[in-house]
Amino acid sequence: MTRVSFDASARVHTQSAAYTTDYKRHSLMILLSAAVLLLVMLIAGWLTDPAAMTVQLENRNLQPSLQHLFGTDWLGRDMFARTMKGLLLSIQTGLTGAVCSAMIAAVLGISAALLGRQADRFISWLMDLFLSVPHLVALILTAFVCGGGMKGIVIGIALTHWPALARLIRAEAMQLMTAQYVLVSRRLGRSLFWIAGRHLLPHLLPQLVVGGLLLFPHAILHEAAITFIGLGLPPHQPAVGIILSESMRYLSSGMWWLAVLPGAALLVAVRIFDVLGSHTQRLLDPQQYERL
Amino acid sequence: MLLEGKGLSYRYGRNGAWLLRGREIAVSRGEVVGLQGPSGSGKTTLARILAGYLQPHEGTVTLDGRSVRTARGYHPVQMVFQHPEQAVNPRWRMRRTIQEGWQPDWLTLQSLGIEEKWLDRVPAELSGGELQRCCIARALGPETKYLIADEMTAMLDAVTQVQIWHAMLELARERNIGMLIISHDPGLLKRICHRIEPM
Repeated sequence: MTRVSFDASARVHTQSAAYTTDYKRHSLMILLSAAVLLLVMLIAGWLTDPAAMTVQLENRNLQPSLQHLFGTDWLGRDMFARTMKGLLLSIQTGLTGAVCSAMIAAVLGISAALLGRQADRFISWLMDLFLSVPHLVALILTAFVCGGGMKGIVIGIALTHWPALARLIRAEAMQLMTAQYVLVSRRLGRSLFWIAGRHLLPHLLPQLVVGGLLLFPHAILHEAAITFIGLGLPPHQPAVGIILSESMRYLSSGMWWLAVLPGAALLVAVRIFDVLGSHTQRLLDPQQYERL
Repeated sequence: MLLEGKGLSYRYGRNGAWLLRGREIAVSRGEVVGLQGPSGSGKTTLARILAGYLQPHEGTVTLDGRSVRTARGYHPVQMVFQHPEQAVNPRWRMRRTIQEGWQPDWLTLQSLGIEEKWLDRVPAELSGGELQRCCIARALGPETKYLIADEMTAMLDAVTQVQIWHAMLELARERNIGMLIISHDPGLLKRICHRIEPM
């Protein structure tokens, strides 16, 4: 009886040990394949011939085929080319928005921990304020104020998405500020600014990278949503949001491919970024393995 | 020059019991003073107040009659802690850690028994004793007038303890540094201190 339970526990132990390394490799594989898939999408968007997006009335309303992977629309434009160009545009917008957002989060999160109680109180209040406004409402308002276009969307995304990440950074930075080596650094005459740059930032960088990556899907989806309701990018640019909103009118005439395939492509792109973010997090956070 | 704590009072929490009440302590340049007392009697708290890590609720800490600046610049009262692995940035190489406050000359490092190959390692690659020597080197800047050693060698074996204390007392004498040494070990205090203060 005792023999059996000992064996069982031993097996469980070795299994979990093997699982840890398997898990790491697994994460890395997923990360790499997601990155490759993303790269293929970007290159596809980069290389598509602009001629494929021109109006060709003799090729109107074609169903998906090998010639036209996503079919063509009511003006004979190739939907695959338009979708890929649109995704490229979305990813650019999302990247700018997410990077700006992560930077705001870093500056405010570190300042809250660094500059004392009053500054912390003010910054926490600011976070609560921005968290309490629904993203979409704030986005619509900023996009509206900026008069539409890329600028409005990027500013809107940057302004609405930082609070969650800033909270995380603030908590982490606060903990670091009470670390003994940071306290010693103060007594050795180092300034707060110096400590933020040398002691805090290197520790917080992995969190910022992961946080920024995980902001990405939100940014892309919001860009598409804003463009869909007509406050985002101008109609002549093939953004995914515009493709979707235009195709709404043609859905009832049975042209399903106009909405379904670009929508699915958008979902795939978003999912890729989500996977990239969460698996980077797993690889950068060694404690996560031990919890598994 | 005299490091003086006058009427120091401190308690943890708003309504906690007073850990220190009207405590007086003085250390002069070049003097080695021991602080002895049981666990929880406030030795470390007193040390942290003197080194400016904590603000006392009552009383003042003065250096040569003037109050010590606590926020800016190199603090003339430096402290060496019990757990060196917490007192260094785990990502930094030792060369960078040692040079955080000043540029130690090679002679000082050598007298503390620091080897050159340690300097390119990160803290995880050094033992506790090796790390502690680096922490001492870091704290011995030219502007250091007083050094507080809080259970500095408690986790080291006897031989390493002797080496470290020997080097440290030698350096302190050379630079006329006043020292406050906290320890559980009455034998150690009796051996190296000019006088011993009970807690």
